[in-house]
Amino acid sequence: MIDLEHIHRNFQVGDQTVRALDDVNLHIEAGEYVSIMGPSGSGKSTLLNLLGLLDRPSSGIYRLNGEDVTSLSDTQQARVRNREIGFVFQMFHLVPRLSAEENVELPLILAGIPPEQRRPRVAAVLEGLHLSNRRHHKPEQLSGGQRQRVAIARATVTNPKVLLADEPTGNLDHKSGQDVIRILEDLNHRGITLIMVTHDQEMGQRARRQLHMLDGRLLNGQRNDDA
Amino acid sequence: MRIADFLHLTGSSIIAHRLRSGLTILGITVGIAAVVLLTSIGEGVHKFVLSEFTQFGTTLVGINPGKATTAGGTMGVFGSVRPLTIEDSEALKRLPFARAVVPFVQGNAEVEAGNRSRRTTIYGAGAQMPEAFSMKVASGRFLPADDPTAPRAFAVLGSKLRHELFGERNPLGQRITVGGNRYRVIGVMESKGTVLGFDLDDTVYIPAARAMELFNRDSLFEIDVLYYEHYPVETVVKGIKRTLETRHGREDFTITTQQQMLDVLGSVLNVLTFAVGAIGGISLLVGAIGIVTIMTIAVNERISEIGLLRALGAKRSQILGMFLGEAMVLAAIGGMAGLVVGVGTAQLLHLLLPAMPVHTPVEYVVMAEVVAVVIGLLAGVLPARRAAHLDPLEALRTE
Repeated sequence: MIDLEHIHRNFQVGDQTVRALDDVNLHIEAGEYVSIMGPSGSGKSTLLNLLGLLDRPSSGIYRLNGEDVTSLSDTQQARVRNREIGFVFQMFHLVPRLSAEENVELPLILAGIPPEQRRPRVAAVLEGLHLSNRRHHKPEQLSGGQRQRVAIARATVTNPKVLLADEPTGNLDHKSGQDVIRILEDLNHRGITLIMVTHDQEMGQRARRQLHMLDGRLLNGQRNDDA
Repeated sequence: MRIADFLHLTGSSIIAHRLRSGLTILGITVGIAAVVLLTSIGEGVHKFVLSEFTQFGTTLVGINPGKATTAGGTMGVFGSVRPLTIEDSEALKRLPFARAVVPFVQGNAEVEAGNRSRRTTIYGAGAQMPEAFSMKVASGRFLPADDPTAPRAFAVLGSKLRHELFGERNPLGQRITVGGNRYRVIGVMESKGTVLGFDLDDTVYIPAARAMELFNRDSLFEIDVLYYEHYPVETVVKGIKRTLETRHGREDFTITTQQQMLDVLGSVLNVLTFAVGAIGGISLLVGAIGIVTIMTIAVNERISEIGLLRALGAKRSQILGMFLGEAMVLAAIGGMAGLVVGVGTAQLLHLLLPAMPVHTPVEYVVMAEVVAVVIGLLAGVLPARRAAHLDPLEALRTE
């Protein structure tokens, strides 16, 4: 489902060129559970952003469902992000002035889906994450774990094929973190492709497939079939 | 994105920053209110001045001695201007379109009645003056249609002069002297008030021929012709010109139609209205700068939100629309409030100072609101473009 061929991503910092991604080749099947680990600055976030079409490679080809998405226009990429990809961020990124429900509704609003079709979908997602009684709360009235669950609800309300999580537990206490991981893994069991960036070895090792990055290079991935 | 959702999102961010949005709206409110108020006063003055002029009707033509255009070469013996006479006025009366013709002379003289005397304005006029200038006689009658060259010594008093000279006594039939000559009072005019600085109440009307004699003049000041409405003004001007040219041998007079005067006056007053409107426009400009400032701040504050929306699949055009919409909504609300404040203040002013003419034309109201929205649009363009062109990745990293 995801195919990366000879992906390079260079940044210009001062007069130095930083190779954030250096000839990355990667194939991910639909329904896989992949963790990307590595020290900070190893390029794992860059890789995730690139997978999420938030960034474009300097060279190389990225195919999503067989389609070359690197050459898509900005607007076309926005549509792919809206339909195919869900994001979960370390900082949650909820809109503070909107209620939990309205935050979850955002991707559907942007897609122009009418309210009568939105409401049942939002309600179902919130129900699935045990947030029904919190749906009118503003983010500031929610705990960290609840906030991240709202963010997951928002990421999955469009039924994306891929869920990209960037340090999803980085801002949570251990218990909330465990909850969030279980929710993500549960979504994966139900078929979503889960790709998670983490520097937490313990978290990363739960994934069936673990990728390690160093200096922009992908080290040989290993499968963990016990998980 | 659906319009209802768009408005909801825009509204939520405006409400989230109530104070800030309120102050920004206030800026536009003041600007629009200033424009509306000042143009209301300008239009009011415009209407007032025009109505002062048109109370005599628009089918009035004035003829003055002398040609107001510059002629080339030496005029020689023909250069002298022949006076406008009572006979000219009589000749004009015979024209088919002439409804009323009034010879007119003005001057100052001492008016005495009994032991009271007052120096005031004397109008030498013709019998048809009340018809031509829509004036009404309060008691008695106006000057009769005597032989215009040898009229009887009758006088008609303005309402103020009547009070000054006779108090509560009945002036009809009383004798007064005007400039040393004896006249009999035959009528009193209704109060007409001041028209463009002339007090028409503090005056005596006497026959034009007698006034010319009194002031030792051989020419009338003016002949006013009121014509029937169904005649086109060109026909009237041509007819008067032909008659007087036949009598004078050349065009040594100037014809001014009421319409010409109104046109000139109207254009002058339009400039006045525009000028005061422009002064109000400056405060509107300040309000617009307020919107630019607030929207710039709003974009800066919401960078991470913009990044999120982009990650969730918002197109650049959607981000642009959101911020433009926000600026326009701020301006539109400000515009509405400004209209209410402006029109309200104008009416209040009119209530407190009834002499202050105020008029708010509907098209100005609509224009002010349109201008407000356009200002919002223009003021929002720069910040909104910046928001739309943010790199989503950079935006997400910003906290």
